[in-house]
Amino acid sequence: MALESKIPSGPIQEKWTNHKFNLKLVSPANKRKFEIIVVGTGLAGASAAASLAELGYNVTVLTFHDSPRRAHSIAAQGGINAAKNYPNDGDSIYRLFYDTLKGGDYRAREANVYRLAEVSNNIIDQCVAQGVPFAREYGGLLDNRSFGGAQLSRTFYARGQTGQQLLLGAYSALSRQVGLGKIKLYTRREMLGLVVIDGMARGVVARNLITGELERYSGHAVVLATGGYSRVFYLSTNAMNCNATAIWRAHKKGAFFGNPCFTQIHPTCLPLHHDQQSKLTLMSESLRNDGRVWVPKQKGDKRPPNQIPESERDYYLERIYPAYGNLTPRDIASRAAKRMCDEGYGVGETGQAVYLDFSDAIQRLGRKVIEERYGNLFQMYEMITGDNPYEVPMKIYPAPHYTMGGLWVDYNLMSTIPGLYVIGEANFSDHGANRLGASALMQGLADGYFILPYTIGDYLASQKFIPVKTDHEEFVKEENAQRDLIKRLKSINGKRTVDDIHRELGRIMWNYVGMSRNAEGLQKAIQMIREIREEFWRNVKIPGNDMDLNQTLERAGRLADFLELGELMAIDALHRNESCGGHFREEYQTEDGEAKRDDENYAYVAAWEFKDVGDWVLHKEPLVFEYVKPSTRSYK
Amino acid sequence: MSSKKLNLTLKVWRQAGPDAKGEFKTYYAKNISTDASFLEMLDIVNEELEAKGEEPIVYEHDCREGICGTCGMVINGRPHGPLQGITTCQLHMRHFKDGDVIYIEPFRAKAFPVIKDLVVDRSAFDKIIQAGGFISVNTGSAPEANSIPVKRENAELAMDAAACIGCGACVAACPNASAMLFVSAKVSQFALLPQGLPEREIRVQKMVAKMDELGFGNCSNIGACEAECPKEIKITNIARLNREFYRARFLSNVED
Repeated sequence: MALESKIPSGPIQEKWTNHKFNLKLVSPANKRKFEIIVVGTGLAGASAAASLAELGYNVTVLTFHDSPRRAHSIAAQGGINAAKNYPNDGDSIYRLFYDTLKGGDYRAREANVYRLAEVSNNIIDQCVAQGVPFAREYGGLLDNRSFGGAQLSRTFYARGQTGQQLLLGAYSALSRQVGLGKIKLYTRREMLGLVVIDGMARGVVARNLITGELERYSGHAVVLATGGYSRVFYLSTNAMNCNATAIWRAHKKGAFFGNPCFTQIHPTCLPLHHDQQSKLTLMSESLRNDGRVWVPKQKGDKRPPNQIPESERDYYLERIYPAYGNLTPRDIASRAAKRMCDEGYGVGETGQAVYLDFSDAIQRLGRKVIEERYGNLFQMYEMITGDNPYEVPMKIYPAPHYTMGGLWVDYNLMSTIPGLYVIGEANFSDHGANRLGASALMQGLADGYFILPYTIGDYLASQKFIPVKTDHEEFVKEENAQRDLIKRLKSINGKRTVDDIHRELGRIMWNYVGMSRNAEGLQKAIQMIREIREEFWRNVKIPGNDMDLNQTLERAGRLADFLELGELMAIDALHRNESCGGHFREEYQTEDGEAKRDDENYAYVAAWEFKDVGDWVLHKEPLVFEYVKPSTRSYK
Repeated sequence: MSSKKLNLTLKVWRQAGPDAKGEFKTYYAKNISTDASFLEMLDIVNEELEAKGEEPIVYEHDCREGICGTCGMVINGRPHGPLQGITTCQLHMRHFKDGDVIYIEPFRAKAFPVIKDLVVDRSAFDKIIQAGGFISVNTGSAPEANSIPVKRENAELAMDAAACIGCGACVAACPNASAMLFVSAKVSQFALLPQGLPEREIRVQKMVAKMDELGFGNCSNIGACEAECPKEIKITNIARLNREFYRARFLSNVED
């Protein structure tokens, strides 16, 4: 099967406009004849569901949370990018496009990234109209701040809770449509299987998490907005229930998986500080606007930070990357921190941390300003660590945070299964090999508010749909398959807990498929993942009943998928013999330890087709750069 | 901060289902690091139960950063535990002493029925939002963002109210199980912004009517909601809600 990206022809500035004109329309009277299933209610899912319902489609929404407002988009802190150029510092759609493409280390489609930048301004308009309380200047107009990978201020924010406020905006739009009866909302439902009939996605099978019953939902198209898969590392900044199950089950039904090894390790997270830890906590990148990253110049210097004089500190980001300083992109800042710690300059009890110091900013701006900008983040830090960051520098270390990889989609956001759309973090599309800060919120809302509502209409208008009800044999088959899987999990009755096995998988992923990778380690990881997967199917223990609220069973099903996905991530990382963005292969680096890209051989999207567990076929979608010539990414 | 180890006795509410009779059961949490979070302590107890083949304590949680609003339990009589201004997931064990006995119960309110153990059904909050907790603006119809200036002071007050995470601690804390703090936070956010004004009257009336319909109690100005709110939403929002409600009743054309 050949991958068709469906990128429209013509100049980049006109592609999306022309494409919208060429898309077929569904007339207002016909829209109500279509049923669209949206899985997930984060920024992408909630905004898509609301917008589709506003257009007149009937929408069914599933979420495993107790409320749509709980989705993990809520935890995004720092902000959302847009090319408004309000600060008059020279921003434009083209510059946002350029920064995002370069930030992704030239492993994304030009056309997609340009479109993302193009609709970014509409997102801000939409959110303001919904009542999102963005930060404002005294004159009443919107304020901006800077983020990594940009030399200007284009990030809109609502204190350190931007994701929360944007999600509540989308949630309110979704709730309005629930109230109007255009959206049927099913909470506490976890999608387990995709139903494909005559090659088209026509529904899902979901588990009612309260009763344990399997339920069937049918429609004319299915939209997955189910987020990323950083929890494959066990310890990550993702919420505890984030999982890959929806996209993985769709992958096994025929949706190709794009660039699975492109994962983002975020530089400013709280370091691991005790062995019973369940997750890692992100400290917003916005902190790097005012915080300075440093380590002692002396290896193994155990003095408290306040006793280390200025002359004995190495502000290594400012030293190595003077042009961007503390605001270098995430992949680069993360690797620099790792390098410092690996060389013995790390601080704290474990030596696996660097300082993020606000003393200069507090001196320059006063404590009150810092409190206004980052108050809730400082409070969060103190709550977890017991240290007061107004007095002692924060200790930070990189942690898994975001996955640029995901299900492969074409320009219309459709996967390789007709009628199956994938939006937000769940798809692979716009961030290439590294995502810039404040771009995830932008992409989630771009997909949901302004792209999918147009492109899905074209599909619905151009297909002949046979009527399908939930008693169709494919639904029966899928439900039985899921029931068998649950029975199989329950019947293992081994000795190890789900989390115990998940932690072991996490250690393998972090050590060999994490921030830095090499061929030997990856080969070893593939072997180890296969072994731990066998161990899981032989020796996991799941107490309780499956026809009941059973959280252990939920986690076990998700882990079963991570155990397969982890292997594909390692395979993808092993095949990509270059370093780019968040994918750093130790064999391919410059003399000063920077990523060395290979545009001649690897300027493509790796889209993996599932044949069987442990057996994938690679398809390549070449990346063509007509506007921005890939160059060595320099932030120096 | 150097860490120590704690041994604790837990008295945890176990209830098999909505109609089942619940009871406190005793568990022992051993060798818990003072650096661990309260939920990590529960994870450890649960993993021991799972290893023994027993059903773990069911409780809800997700982001573990105090923002998603999923977690929530009553710890020693207080929603989200003994500290001010934090959620259960932000509570850390350094605030407990070796040998402590800790009582853990679900949020209790007529409108939040228990589903199992510590899990309650808070969908009533969603229903209140669905009734009117929004600004009616379709995608694509928004004007240029800076064409709507907002007084900074109002934007800040709106943000203070919008910080609500919908966890339900206010309801659990209130002897009347009133949802006034939750409703007032949303009503205030929109009443303070120019974008919210076209639906100012209808919104507050619909949300209050839905709140009453769902079985939440009345507000009698006790203030427990404010004291237990993890986001420290101020009770002055309830005063604003009352003003908005009376104002709407006087001004509105809406029929009952």
